[in-house]
Amino acid sequence: MNGEPLVRWDWLFAHLGPIADRVGQHLYLAAIAVSVGFAISFALAALSIRRRKLYPFVTVLATAAYTIPSFAMFAALVAITGLSVFTAEIPLILYTIVLFVPNIVAGFDSVPWDVLDAADGMGYTSGQRWWRVELPLAVPLVVAGLRLASVSTIGLVTVSAILGDSFGGLGYYILDGYHRHFTTEILVGGLLSIGLAVIADLGFVLLQRLLTPWAARRAVGG
Amino acid sequence: MDLIGATAAWLSNSAHWQGSNGIPARLLEHLALSGVSLLLAALVALPLGLWIGHSGRFSWLVVTAANAWRALPSFAVIGLLVPFTTVVDPNLGFTLYPTLVAMIVLAGPPILVNAYQGIADVDDDLVEAARAMGMKERQILLGVEIPIALPVLATGIRSAAVQVIATATLGAEFGFGGLGRFIVLGDANQDNGELFGGVVLVAALALTTLALFLVLERRLVSAGLARRAAG
Repeated sequence: MNGEPLVRWDWLFAHLGPIADRVGQHLYLAAIAVSVGFAISFALAALSIRRRKLYPFVTVLATAAYTIPSFAMFAALVAITGLSVFTAEIPLILYTIVLFVPNIVAGFDSVPWDVLDAADGMGYTSGQRWWRVELPLAVPLVVAGLRLASVSTIGLVTVSAILGDSFGGLGYYILDGYHRHFTTEILVGGLLSIGLAVIADLGFVLLQRLLTPWAARRAVGG
Repeated sequence: MDLIGATAAWLSNSAHWQGSNGIPARLLEHLALSGVSLLLAALVALPLGLWIGHSGRFSWLVVTAANAWRALPSFAVIGLLVPFTTVVDPNLGFTLYPTLVAMIVLAGPPILVNAYQGIADVDDDLVEAARAMGMKERQILLGVEIPIALPVLATGIRSAAVQVIATATLGAEFGFGGLGRFIVLGDANQDNGELFGGVVLVAALALTTLALFLVLERRLVSAGLARRAAG
């Protein structure tokens, strides 16, 4: 814009420190959301598996929550929780639950009945059966959920930039660059946040291969 | 602080339902942008997905598009487009085009993937039977494959539509109007009535879109298929 070069390298090199801080903030906000969301979802999924009648209720709520834009949810929470880390985390966590629960439930559903019967026949207690048979067989779909949720959360963290300068991770640079008509900042924020999402995506593909070597040929992409 | 009261008061104030910054005008803006981007995305993604599904060629393209798409945050895409669209047009390139193009990018892959998957999943025996009956490739696609794949095709378009309606809200941060405008203004002016009014309108629009598409899908899907799915 304004006849400037597309990238002002001098600005970039003078701001390596703050850029690294924003990357850290981005990962920190995403990591909290994914881990808390995962814990809540695991409990919800376990409950849905035991009490099947709850599951349709959970999915309908989840679908409805997902149609509400992140942008709207962040802004709405400001009026309720003020500007705290909760304002950024609550929507992020909610969106991870929407992606996690169906994947975890599908993961445990994918364990064949005859395998469970065989485990019972071998004298496994229900705890042993869960830990040694059900969990390992559910891993591919659970990790597929982790992959989806991480990539989506890394993307949504950028939107939290609307909450102000102390949020947003790399999204801060996208919004600030837009307001200041400064292309370099937009490119740094935009390309790095896409880069983080791509790295997370590939990282989970690798994790999935390491955790379930037997499933490498028919891994579920999610 | 009475959020519900403030929101109801803002929504029921007739002054907010008039003029170029009123609710109908912003709603129309939001719908026009979403409709145009959905249409443009479908014009490219639907024929492409149908053809790839029918011919079985270039299916890697669909997989690549689906994977790349997930790693593209719309907020970043809108921002990244600004430096390029402003070269094309300094005004619209700073207000309308970034959101419009980003919404096309958002809508394309779900339509493409479902068009491909729907056609690719049609039973090979049916296609062979149609071919043996002397139907031409075009007739097979239009008369056999598309009607059978219709529920899957429709799911792709529905999912794209709901996501575009919801995500177009972001455009308000990048100079585009739409219903997100009320959220931005309410936030800036610390007017909770306006902020929550905007949130309610956007959520209502997204849910209405979802419901409309579900009703439309019921009507469109052939009775025989619907019966088979039910039974």
